[in-house]
Amino acid sequence: MTVHQPLEFFVDPSRCIGCQSCVQACSECDTHRGESMIHLEFIDRGHSVQTVPMVCMHCEQPTCAEVCPADAIKRTADGVVQSARKPRCIACGNCVMACPFGVPELYIDRAIMMKCDMCYDRTSVGKRPMCATVCPSQALFFGTREQIEAIRPQSMPTNRFRFGEQVITTRVSVMVPRAPAPAPLLDVTAAMDERPANRTVRLNVIGAIDPLPDPFAEVEV
Amino acid sequence: MAKIPVDELAITRAYGPHVSAKIRGAPGEEPERLVKTHCCFCGQQCGIQLKVRNEQVIGFEPWEEFPFNRGMLCPKGVKRYLQGSHPDRLLTALARDPSQSSGFRPIAYDEAIAKVAREIERLQETHGHGSVGVLGGASLTTEKTYLLGKFARVCLKTPFIDYNGRLCMVSAGAANKKAFGIDRTTNPWADMIGTEVIWLAGSNVAECSPITTNYVWQARERGAKVIVQDPRITPIARTCDLYLPVRPGRDAALFAGVLQLMIDNGWIDRDFIEAHTVGFDEVAKYCREWTPARTADVTGVPERSLRKAAELWGQAKSSFFFHARGIEHHSNGVQNALGTINLVLASGRLGKPNCGYGTIVGQANGQGGREHGMKCDQLPGWREITNPDHRKYIAGVWDIEEKDLPGPGVDAYELFRKIDAGEIKGLVSICFNPKVSLPDSDFVTRALEKLEFYVAIDFFLNDTARHADVVLPGSLHEEDEGTVTQVEGRVIKVNKAVECPGDARQDWRIVQDIARALGRPKGFTFDDPRAIFEELRVASKGGVADYSGITYEKIERQMGVFWPCYAEDPRTGKASPDHEGTPRLFAPDSYNPVAKGAGRFYFPDGKARFNVADYRTPADDVDEAYPLFLTTGRVVSQFLSGTQTRRIGPLVSQYPEPRIELHPRLAQKLGIADGEWTTCETRRGTITLKAMVVTTIRPDTIFIPYHWAGEKSANRLTVAAQDPISKIPQYKVCACRVRKADGAPSYASVLEPQQ
Repeated sequence: MTVHQPLEFFVDPSRCIGCQSCVQACSECDTHRGESMIHLEFIDRGHSVQTVPMVCMHCEQPTCAEVCPADAIKRTADGVVQSARKPRCIACGNCVMACPFGVPELYIDRAIMMKCDMCYDRTSVGKRPMCATVCPSQALFFGTREQIEAIRPQSMPTNRFRFGEQVITTRVSVMVPRAPAPAPLLDVTAAMDERPANRTVRLNVIGAIDPLPDPFAEVEV
Repeated sequence: MAKIPVDELAITRAYGPHVSAKIRGAPGEEPERLVKTHCCFCGQQCGIQLKVRNEQVIGFEPWEEFPFNRGMLCPKGVKRYLQGSHPDRLLTALARDPSQSSGFRPIAYDEAIAKVAREIERLQETHGHGSVGVLGGASLTTEKTYLLGKFARVCLKTPFIDYNGRLCMVSAGAANKKAFGIDRTTNPWADMIGTEVIWLAGSNVAECSPITTNYVWQARERGAKVIVQDPRITPIARTCDLYLPVRPGRDAALFAGVLQLMIDNGWIDRDFIEAHTVGFDEVAKYCREWTPARTADVTGVPERSLRKAAELWGQAKSSFFFHARGIEHHSNGVQNALGTINLVLASGRLGKPNCGYGTIVGQANGQGGREHGMKCDQLPGWREITNPDHRKYIAGVWDIEEKDLPGPGVDAYELFRKIDAGEIKGLVSICFNPKVSLPDSDFVTRALEKLEFYVAIDFFLNDTARHADVVLPGSLHEEDEGTVTQVEGRVIKVNKAVECPGDARQDWRIVQDIARALGRPKGFTFDDPRAIFEELRVASKGGVADYSGITYEKIERQMGVFWPCYAEDPRTGKASPDHEGTPRLFAPDSYNPVAKGAGRFYFPDGKARFNVADYRTPADDVDEAYPLFLTTGRVVSQFLSGTQTRRIGPLVSQYPEPRIELHPRLAQKLGIADGEWTTCETRRGTITLKAMVVTTIRPDTIFIPYHWAGEKSANRLTVAAQDPISKIPQYKVCACRVRKADGAPSYASVLEPQQ
């Protein structure tokens, strides 16, 4: 008998082509009224075409919620951290400052924080989030762990991140190359010379860490 | 009298491009229906569902079942719906009127058609049938391209029809025809998964055909090595296994040098060459001149990279070779494409799963638009207009005398030269914006001004249509149905979502209305696109591009049909209603009606042709006065001349205005900082844009995207040199010089970014 695995979100920055399809598609969602909740960053366009998409990582213990003085940020039973709730949010911006991934944004005109809620209107009814559905390079992928392992043998998902003393476990995973990745091409002149200077970029992956108890696990939204 | 009627700025104020006022449906506004169709932009033709409410397209929903893109879309596809209900949309016919502040006045549709017919009649009576020319486009459905070809030859009786595919896929088409006898990508994209090597030459896949990226990278997950040949590190090149930073215009030399290395190392498939090809010895003889040292010197690619390319390509067991406009937009474009085919034929890797070759088409119907007679030398089914048998067959389908069928015309650029020379005095254009998209646009403008009568069909007043005497309001993609052949050779169906607004009409109706008004309605009385398609099936039957077995129902059932698809089995002549089409060409056991069993390729002996792919220095090469290479191309958020995408707000915001990309080494030498106004000059023109200083381009090369008009148009700079065989213009290289601008250009204070 097949056991159905839950659908999960995987981000692979090495695949991102910076096309902004995710940004454009995100703004089509009903829940945030024409605003795009996804961040797409050029790392340094002057020196590379590398871009990185950033969705809400949906932390098991969301820092944004922990620092919220108005208790406006809730996490659903299925682990999705929601945008601030309108009646409670006081637009103080604590969450914006505190989020280690830089995800929440304050909309001064509406006096509210909004952020990616993993297309809750879609994912809660079994559809894929808009960004991961349209992403032409599938840098954003939404599916089961079994699927991602089958189609991405060169990399593995990780969902633990260290920021100084803080260790965060997230519902969204980032794909990390299993072997050291080939050096990305940064400057055309390196490929024009007979003997280019090599430059390697490596990611450090955190090993196993015991998960901390989740104080928000039972919160109903 | 095709001079711009009033000041350009006044026309811009009235007709745009303005960005769409609409943003999206209000929250909770449920669509009444979803229409499964395809994106209106590039050659990938991604499946998409349009949300429709109150006869308006209000949004989109991914179509995850469509096998090519599985719901994936680029930003253009996501925002394509914003082109509908647009403030710039033409809702009536227009007549040129210099007394109006906007230069045009609305007129009744019937009056406009009558005027068009009167003017065409007057010109043809006075100067002959050939005094009127027709220009079409490769974003039209195949039904429309077929009808337009027939309209020019049967109704207008003029040889002068060509299309904007001339700027797109003709080099690849000509090379394919010379080498394989058939012009189509050989395999479905899904065949890429599992291949060992993918070579992308002159193809900015991530920006120009974004969905293909996932196929390339899925192949990489399964172990494929990726080779990218480009003067810029495009997003697909960033993580490739081998990057070949070729100097613009030197591609044929690179292919010859790599083939020589393969021959030297014994990395060629001699058995395949012997059994299935002719002409290898001449090619091998030519390549002998291309030693690694000389190739490196000419191409600017180091010897070690050339050797690595030969090693990766030569030793692979399976492979794909793709090229696009980067090697095709050259006065040596056909030779460049033939160079890639020589590498593929020498490897023997064709006609198998995971082994293929193809050109990545750029326009929506880049493939279908080049097959059924909108090209100046071609009749439906890829038939030749000079071949007596082909002429006879098509004359029969069209119920005319063979002698009344005009002969070959001229390519789109030559057509403008004929306008300039006064030979062509009237022009009918649709789906083509040559003032922005043809090289040396000052010449194009001068030619347009000499026309005695010009009628343009479009849904927005494009930059060229500003010269028109009459503008007829045509249909948007979502207002009509018909077929399109996408990048893989898969014939798919575009479906109608909404009705044309106001006086706007479906393009095929407009063409038939003109035929009727001319008193020549015979052959132009189709009731719907399906009826046109049924005639096209008959017309293409027996041609290389055989669509006879394709029906609208089969397309829907199979989610696309790969041509050739035969109504009758070519082996037995028996009806084959269930023929599913030909996803993969050149399979060992394949049969085609040209070779008749003699072999897998589409020549009487069944063998593919090696062709000597001769390197020639580009026209207008660099010298002391103009020491830098200018190359042009696309950005992901814009499409072609921007008639649609420069009107879609979110796409304009993504990349508002063209910039000049240059390397920091060059920028430092010229004293230019990122974001500063910079002037680029060529022997044709001068433009001033902001600089974008990036390490991702060769220091001897600058790049400007071409989607903008007027003072911002890259094609003021480009050269009208053309390939002698395909007549494709050399957009990808010309000589230029660059300096810091004297200050902000005058347009900066009066125009919006997209204008």
